Amino acid sequence: MEAIGLAVAGYLDVVVLSTPPPPWEDPSLFAQQVLSGIASGSLFAILALAVVLIYRSTDVLNFGQGEMAMFTTFIAWSFMTQMPLWPAFFLTLLVAAAMGAALERLVLRPVEEAPVLNAVIVTLGLYTIFTGLALRVWGPLPKGFGPFTLDFLFFEIDLAGPVCAGEVCIGKLSVATFVAAVIIMALLFVLFQRTMLGLAMRATAQNRTASRLVGIPVGRMLSVGWGLSAAVGAVAGVFVAQNVGLSTGSLAAILIFAFAAAVLGGLDSPVGAIVGGLTIGVVRNLAGTYVPSEVGSVDLVVAFLLIVLVLMVRPTGIFGRRALRRV
Amino acid sequence: MLNVSDLHVAYGPVLAVRGISLTVPKGQIVALLGANGAGKSSTLRTISGLQRPTHGTIEFEGRRIDNIPAERIVQMGISQVPEGRQIFTDLTVMENLRLGAYTRRDGAGIKRDLDRTFTYFPVLGERRGQTAALLSGGEQQMLAIGRALMAKPSLLLLDEPSLGLAPMLVREIFRIVKAINEEEGLTILLVEQNANLALEIANEAYVLETGQVVLEGSAEELRGNEAVRRSYLGY
Ligand SMILES: Nc1ncnc2c1ncn2[C@@H]1O[C@H](COP(=O)(O)OP(=O)(O)OP(=O)(O)O)[C@@H](O)[C@H]1O
Ligand SMILES: [Mg+2]
Repeated sequence: MEAIGLAVAGYLDVVVLSTPPPPWEDPSLFAQQVLSGIASGSLFAILALAVVLIYRSTDVLNFGQGEMAMFTTFIAWSFMTQMPLWPAFFLTLLVAAAMGAALERLVLRPVEEAPVLNAVIVTLGLYTIFTGLALRVWGPLPKGFGPFTLDFLFFEIDLAGPVCAGEVCIGKLSVATFVAAVIIMALLFVLFQRTMLGLAMRATAQNRTASRLVGIPVGRMLSVGWGLSAAVGAVAGVFVAQNVGLSTGSLAAILIFAFAAAVLGGLDSPVGAIVGGLTIGVVRNLAGTYVPSEVGSVDLVVAFLLIVLVLMVRPTGIFGRRALRRV
Repeated sequence: MLNVSDLHVAYGPVLAVRGISLTVPKGQIVALLGANGAGKSSTLRTISGLQRPTHGTIEFEGRRIDNIPAERIVQMGISQVPEGRQIFTDLTVMENLRLGAYTRRDGAGIKRDLDRTFTYFPVLGERRGQTAALLSGGEQQMLAIGRALMAKPSLLLLDEPSLGLAPMLVREIFRIVKAINEEEGLTILLVEQNANLALEIANEAYVLETGQVVLEGSAEELRGNEAVRRSYLGY
């Protein structure tokens, strides 16, 4: 855990000062740390959305989610060497969705009726397989990946560089990550709360026998859940890789926090994924800044302590309606 | 309407159903009685397609259905209220009912059947926005029946609607089931351990023992039958 924490701290440029002044003496430092926390929290949030999506639609936690996202980001990288950004991006989403659906059909379907632990082990297997495949296809060297310039027909947005208000800055890429997370959350909310497909997916996750009895094609719902989740994971991967670089390990480190974010916010709640992600990002950053460094690296400890406390009060997470029954 | 012939069902080495034949005529209530483990639920689950028979045939309105998956059988007009209710506890009452009509696309018809369900079970209307987990046992059973009705079935399979409910509530539910049968002409195959009650509303009945039919006849005949009285009616 420590090693992963340090790795993430390195990636995300957590600023650790030796003796920081208290927030009221240097409000802009405080504001900066909150913003940086939101920046890293957005990364956790966007991957947490993929975790929530798969949990809500299939009742499984996918421990291979990070590596799947990494793999599809490599695919995006390959596409981008062949074609412009937007076609490459949307093609990646399609490939990811097809890959997710195929995985469910070929790898998870056989263990569907078996105890849930089998599914967990299978998702752990996915982790290994995708790492191995990526190493084989794209090699061990990190790839340059963004930040990109987004062409919106009438205007362009260069994601490189910061936007600042006075002394306080945040990367444009972080703003874009945050916006993307909110858009995905809104889409998922509409899917789950306002559409028959979403309702059928929730029903399937909850009770497969009853779902079959009302006529829901359960297998198809599970495939759709995995496909959508892989697509959301691909979006997450594309943003994370622009922030921390594209290599085989780059998403595994984030996934720990994405899981934490999803648990904190409520595993079945898209809104919870975002709030959980941002909360963990900010709390980690503030703890890293303001807890005296003689105590050691406490950012992770404080973040996870917060999760334990929240879960003691609300076992379903902040926004969740369903406690974690199966892992 | 439904014809089951020489049905065998096995779970691995366990033979649950061993050559059951039964007929459910249109518009009637047929009761399937028997003690724990007699094979009643297995028979229903096989009719609704959740379980494959190892031998025998099931015909519904003249068509073989024993090889058709459960999700298509609902569409053909058979709805099952499963043992233990199996409602979607994390969803609202309304969402449960909406899912009951999953295979239907006729919006106006769905709306009408929703109103009809609320007429038979007013409490479901009052609690439509509530999470189903918060309903009492009796209300959950009503929801399970309501959800099955939303599919607009021509044959309703009811698996032990009395399970775990207070006698007063059971009576109420049986009264409504009978009303639905009489007013809508809905055909019902009713599985029960409570033979007394079942024989009150049923037209015909079969008694199962260890996966085989040991007695069959009109409800009246069975009520008068000495063996049935001693084993199942308790007087
Ligand atoms: N999934 C299963 N796996 C193995 N054996 C099973 C399974 N379901 C039922 N059985 C066995 O099949 C036999 C018939 O069970 P079934 O559930 O059909 O009986 P039932 O008449 O519905 O009983 P009850 O009144 O207790 O519900 C029993 O011996 C039971 O143990
Ligand atoms: Mg039973």
